[in-house]
Amino acid sequence: MTNILIIAIGAILINNFILSRFLGLCPFIGVSKKTETAVGMGMAVVFVMTLASAATWLIWTYFLSPGPGNLFWIVAHACGSNIPAESFDLRYLETIAFILVIASLVQFVEIVLKKISPSLYDALGIFLPLITTNCAILGVAELNTMSLEYNFLESVVFGISAGVGFTLALIMMSGIRERLELAPIPRLMKGLPIAFIVSGLMSMAFLGFSGLKF
Amino acid sequence: MKLKGIFSDLTKGFLLENPVLVLALGLCPTLAVTSSAINGLGMGVAATFVLVMSNSIISLIKPLVPARIRIPIFILVIATFVTIVKLVMAAYTPALSKSLGIFIPLIVVNCIILGRAEAFASKHGILRSAADGIGMGLGFTATLVLLGAFREILGNGTIFGANIMGASFQPALMMILPPGAFISLALMVAGSRWILEKTSKGGGSR
Repeated sequence: MTNILIIAIGAILINNFILSRFLGLCPFIGVSKKTETAVGMGMAVVFVMTLASAATWLIWTYFLSPGPGNLFWIVAHACGSNIPAESFDLRYLETIAFILVIASLVQFVEIVLKKISPSLYDALGIFLPLITTNCAILGVAELNTMSLEYNFLESVVFGISAGVGFTLALIMMSGIRERLELAPIPRLMKGLPIAFIVSGLMSMAFLGFSGLKF
Repeated sequence: MKLKGIFSDLTKGFLLENPVLVLALGLCPTLAVTSSAINGLGMGVAATFVLVMSNSIISLIKPLVPARIRIPIFILVIATFVTIVKLVMAAYTPALSKSLGIFIPLIVVNCIILGRAEAFASKHGILRSAADGIGMGLGFTATLVLLGAFREILGNGTIFGANIMGASFQPALMMILPPGAFISLALMVAGSRWILEKTSKGGGSR
């Protein structure tokens, strides 16, 4: 249980996806001009990230990793082949497999939402296609399986918390940018540069969380 | 006329249409890997290879690709070349591959590459598409190396690992931590705007 809590706090505050891992910066800069759109984007990201970490974990464990859990091996074994389970190693295909899974997942979510919950679709709809190329989603999948080697529950929790951390930073940023509209800013710094300066200061503040101890 | 077009494709990436500084694409790897100049160079070269190869292949296969499913096909082409780069780097430059970490597979979702495929390679011939890939890639690499060198000099007192600031230099650790990345990039964007304004006739605000 503490393990889960540590993963959640780690992903939301200590290693915030935007401010410390630098994942998902395009939407962070692109859709943070208004708080309303920031909230919509944040919700869509949490939703897709949770589903994507679950789906990619399953793909990684049951299709790509070698060993007796590999479904390809199980099928081959059932058909009477005696190739060892260790040679069913498809891990080098992980980038291609993950991007395909994520792209089809986003399409699927879009179709399902349109059918069963038109109001939610209206709120998230325009953000969903953008999410396929959001590097935070592919990043969460790669981190879960390649670097952190989480189990299924941990992967899902990591996905949710990464999304929440992303939303937190996005909403804070949009609040600041709404006020920046009215502030006198040097001409050359308007727009992109001042947004980066603000993120730099936010990231500095978030560095303080690295002192959190359990 | 054709040569001139290719020449401008090769050079526009440096300043006029710099993918990072002007178009604000590919920000994640730009900020994440530039804690040293050599990391920036590695990332730039990897992305340039993918960009040139995917641009060429996409401009070759564009008559065969149905318009409705072109994006998944483009992503698949890109992902193939990223996998090649990832395996080659893991085999020949293991230290670099380790320090770039997940940002090598994440070249797949780098908006510069899909953006060029969609905006340029799917409309032009192979020669110009390859030139566009080289130009954009070099612009990206130059930005990354410059940003990496800036942060490495201020944050560590070294450039490409060689100490240049002398023993009495107190490095500002902040520059190689995440906040330094954001602030350096902000300064670079403002600087590139200033140069563009100076060089374009009449000045005036953009």
